[in-house]
Amino acid sequence: MGLIGTFAKGLAVTFRQMFRPRVTTSYPQEKRVKPQRFHGRHVLNRHADGMEKCIGCELCAGVCPARCIYVRGADNPPEAPVSPGERYGFIYEINMLRCIFCGLCVEACPTEAITMTHLFEMSTTDRAAAIYTRDELLVNEDGSANHAQPEGPLIDLNELSISDGWMRATAPSGRAAYEGIPGWTPSAGVGLRPPEQGQAEPPEPEEDA
Amino acid sequence: MTDWIDVLIVAIKVVAAFVIMLVATLMLIWAERKILADMQNRVGPDRAGPGGILQGLADGIKLFFKEPITPARVEKGIYLLAPILALIPALLMFLVVPIGRPFSIGDREITLQVMDLNVGLLFVLAVSSMAVYAVVLAGWSSGSKYPLLGGVRATAQAISYEAALGLSLVPVVIYEGTLSVAELVEGQSGQFFGIFPAWNIILLPSFAFFLMAAVAETNRAPFDLVEAENELVGGFHTEYSGLRFALFFLAEYINIFTMSALAATIFLGGWNGPTWDGALPASVTWIFPILWFGLKTFAIVFIFFWVRATLPRFRYDQLMELGWKRLIPGTLIWMIFVAIALAFDEFGAPWA
Repeated sequence: MGLIGTFAKGLAVTFRQMFRPRVTTSYPQEKRVKPQRFHGRHVLNRHADGMEKCIGCELCAGVCPARCIYVRGADNPPEAPVSPGERYGFIYEINMLRCIFCGLCVEACPTEAITMTHLFEMSTTDRAAAIYTRDELLVNEDGSANHAQPEGPLIDLNELSISDGWMRATAPSGRAAYEGIPGWTPSAGVGLRPPEQGQAEPPEPEEDA
Repeated sequence: MTDWIDVLIVAIKVVAAFVIMLVATLMLIWAERKILADMQNRVGPDRAGPGGILQGLADGIKLFFKEPITPARVEKGIYLLAPILALIPALLMFLVVPIGRPFSIGDREITLQVMDLNVGLLFVLAVSSMAVYAVVLAGWSSGSKYPLLGGVRATAQAISYEAALGLSLVPVVIYEGTLSVAELVEGQSGQFFGIFPAWNIILLPSFAFFLMAAVAETNRAPFDLVEAENELVGGFHTEYSGLRFALFFLAEYINIFTMSALAATIFLGGWNGPTWDGALPASVTWIFPILWFGLKTFAIVFIFFWVRATLPRFRYDQLMELGWKRLIPGTLIWMIFVAIALAFDEFGAPWA
């Protein structure tokens, strides 16, 4: 009898599961809401006036544990500077096949030039296409970013304009002290953002805070 | 004298049975994956057709167009023969199952059963035990170690559970006094005490033994040691691909369907059920027996899938122990008990 009882108990367990909610989704049609700090594809940001934020310091390449970033800095041409600093990254490549999406480059960057977005659909049909160059990484002046694949059922390019939450929580412009002060990169959003969880409601903007 | 209309009727019935089995297979593949998905909190196949209902068809088409690879070291003739040998018994078994109430056109009575053999149950048992040859031959002719192990397991498993399958049916035969499947169904019409349907399910141990042996006969989980993906790659069909693999797959699902149909017919009253003959016009009521049959068959099929979702695979020694130390003695004791009980009922106590 013990055997039959155990057997019935097992059957009851599996039968009960039929009425539980499903944990999987029909992926391209129903996408799951990603965590705020999701680590997706990188973008290189610009200042609000259109200047590039990258100063070619190569700290991101130095910190990268997968050694997937290749940066070469060059002096800014004096007549038409690309970045506000002395130098700018005139070569910037990320090999997405090697990248482990740890986000250390974002942490290392002194100017918030490189940030991560929520887009992760970037499969390619050849390896060369997996190396993202400046053309794909650098955001346009309006804050939109280029992507190798066109928008489709799998690829929602709007995800490229959602910056990762780590950026928002730890970057100077994301700290509580900087609340209410517009200072965001295009990919991270321009202007005032709603407060993150744990932050206070933004105070009234003061002159020269 | 057989005139051509009789021949035509049989031909139509054979084709119809074939189509039913193929469609049932397509539906079963989808149903199995959906039910397993439900029990595992997944969505399951949802790409092909509404709710993924064409999944079986998509699988079939895919396998059809795949390259049939013949490995170098196979025993060629037998290797090619085995998938066909698997399919034939699977198709044959269904022929004796009545799927609905007989009806008449003119003076001709047409049974919804391809052939009512007077030894129907024996035929089923004989044919079902032939299916194991395909597995053994496939395993042996593949010239590879895992298929061979699968084939060897199939031999032992078939011998153990074939006996239990046959013995579990004996009480039904003693009780109903017939081997013909059509007469078995007729014997189950009517009610006990005017309430309960007079199904052979009252021989409950027989039903349980039959189900267990049937799951083992069709090589389904938890008795799927023959293919045992985690130990034997794919068991006997490791070296098969394309259409030849599809034939094995087809045979397996037809076997599930047929075994379920048989269980429904033998123990759950077949197509018996309320038909509301007086209340509804005859053009409507003919569908009910077929519906009841389908419903009962599906209930048994569901048990197959349910058990698969629940139980892990038996270890080899557990399989043998269950077969020889539990099922066979159990069926024998139950058979003797039923025989004695019926003898008392028929002839009275010998000392009276």
